[in-house]
Amino acid sequence: MAVNTMTKLTLGPIAYHWSADARRDFYARIADEAPVDEVYLGEVICSKRAPFHEADLPATIERLERAGKRVILSTLAEVMLKRERKATEDIAEMVSPEIEVNNAAGLYARGKRPHRIGPFMNAYNDATIAWMAGQGATHVCLPAEMPAPAIAAAAQAAVALGLGVEVQVYGRASLAVSARCYHARAHGRTKDNCQFVCEEDPDGMPLRTRDDRPILRVNGIQTLSESYVDLLPEAARLIADGVTHLRLMPQAVDMVAVAQVFRDVLDGRVPTGEADARLATLSGDAGLSNGFYHGTAGYRRIAAAAPA
Amino acid sequence: MSLAELICPAGTPAALRTAVDAGADAVYCGFQDATNARNFPGLNFTPDELAEAVTYAHARGTKVLLALNTYPPAGKVDLWRHAADTGARLGVDAFIVADMGVADYIARMYPGVRLHLSVQAAASSPEAIRYYCENFGVKRVVLPRILTIPEIRQIRREIPCEIETFIFGNHGLMVEGRCSLTNYLTGQSTNMDGVCSPASDVEYVRDADGSMSSQLAGFTIDRFGPEEKAGYPTICKGRYAAPHRPEGYYAFEEPISLNLSRLLPDLIEAGVHAFKIEGRQRSKSYVRGVVRAFRAAVDDIKAGREANIADLIALTEGQKQTQGAFETKKWR
Repeated sequence: MAVNTMTKLTLGPIAYHWSADARRDFYARIADEAPVDEVYLGEVICSKRAPFHEADLPATIERLERAGKRVILSTLAEVMLKRERKATEDIAEMVSPEIEVNNAAGLYARGKRPHRIGPFMNAYNDATIAWMAGQGATHVCLPAEMPAPAIAAAAQAAVALGLGVEVQVYGRASLAVSARCYHARAHGRTKDNCQFVCEEDPDGMPLRTRDDRPILRVNGIQTLSESYVDLLPEAARLIADGVTHLRLMPQAVDMVAVAQVFRDVLDGRVPTGEADARLATLSGDAGLSNGFYHGTAGYRRIAAAAPA
Repeated sequence: MSLAELICPAGTPAALRTAVDAGADAVYCGFQDATNARNFPGLNFTPDELAEAVTYAHARGTKVLLALNTYPPAGKVDLWRHAADTGARLGVDAFIVADMGVADYIARMYPGVRLHLSVQAAASSPEAIRYYCENFGVKRVVLPRILTIPEIRQIRREIPCEIETFIFGNHGLMVEGRCSLTNYLTGQSTNMDGVCSPASDVEYVRDADGSMSSQLAGFTIDRFGPEEKAGYPTICKGRYAAPHRPEGYYAFEEPISLNLSRLLPDLIEAGVHAFKIEGRQRSKSYVRGVVRAFRAAVDDIKAGREANIADLIALTEGQKQTQGAFETKKWR
């Protein structure tokens, strides 16, 4: 039996500096093959990267929409420089596609016109979600570090207000952003003369502790988890708690296959245990984690409770 | 004209009285729970202590700012609302907030009390700041420590509220209010619990070769040779190895503290209204020394005299100092 065929599967924006060619190929495959309902596009992390791929946006949007996907354009998480303010304003002025706002500068520019709230907006609670809904928010993506009881309470409030509620269920969790570029720093450069060295690391630059344990990933100004979040075993409970959208974050793995695994579980075609084993294989060397959801250290992997 | 107010840390009632006596224009403090971003054991105020503190400070012309600058997770919002109710009842001069739901509650319930936007809200552009000013009546923004002085001057021209900047103390590297590093390793959240690299999870482990590992929740954040002084394992001040840096390096920043004393005249000229000294976790004697030295420096500058900043430099002697992003874009 289906868990819930109403639940939407979404693909979050690419966090990394993938080349324009890599992005074109990626989205062509997503359009043709991936069983996702909605796709978020746009540069969220570093405004210096946008010129490399923004010219392709109209064609990518057209291609994805033709394939029946709903497209949403995400704004930058950090807005400080003139070009970042301008980029945010430009997206805020768009009538279509839908937009997802990741910085209060975007909220200011958007006013009461409809918009989605991105995971960088810190919508942690019912009061904040109610405020945002009153300002035109139609949908909210919760922060990646929220534990299950808070997700349930936030989802309940959001659904009562008619909002869509989204939770990241796959991929590295964003743990921090900074004004400083740590990719440039690792190569003895600064943000202004970075020479786009982040392109070398399509799944982030690994940091290991001095006793050689993998710990974090660097992506320009962003720091990510070493492990991939995996809430496939928790999907049924997320949906029961009111979550309407499950977000897959693009990693340098076969994302079409990853989406298929989630779709198979949502449609009741494959048992969760079998699907989760497949997901682990698809995720390669990356460890899988669900600690945030279970209210413990984010990197931890908590075994699913036996079904009731 | 900038009034160059000195905003000083008060982690305990004793530190608060010390800061007031040393010449603080305002002190900032929080309750003993998750409602503020320094929810550390042994710090902060009970409601009764805050009542006494407000009386003590007000009798000496010093303002009291209450930090309610964390993000309540859904289901726990009442804790923040009750803290706001208590603060308003006790007559605090301003609330320092980050969460929009908390800001909205205070703006509606206590429209007579000033709202300051915490650095935890990460408002780093005129548009973001105006959003909070126009919607919640925010009177002052505490700027993230990521802007240069020319950028601050430009922002000042484009916003309708006062600016407060950090000038001294711990130098956070990540955008405040957007950092879950501690939660990733320890299960305690900076945003939701007010916790950062908590002491309860710290261990110093002596290795067989005599070197020392400083660990957080079992992760080696740094390792020190027998001759090196082992530092506190703050995640963003740790040494890690990367593919191009196999020897290990400070991937984010060195253990270094912010000291903008040399830039004070420029910051005043740029229109910064208030200067914040970090350190609610610091001792009374530290607070006394730093507040006195900055009081004298600010008074000198306002009177058109050359400020003696030697005392301020001495306070961080033996420690590395930085002017961070304030001096140059190259910091980025």
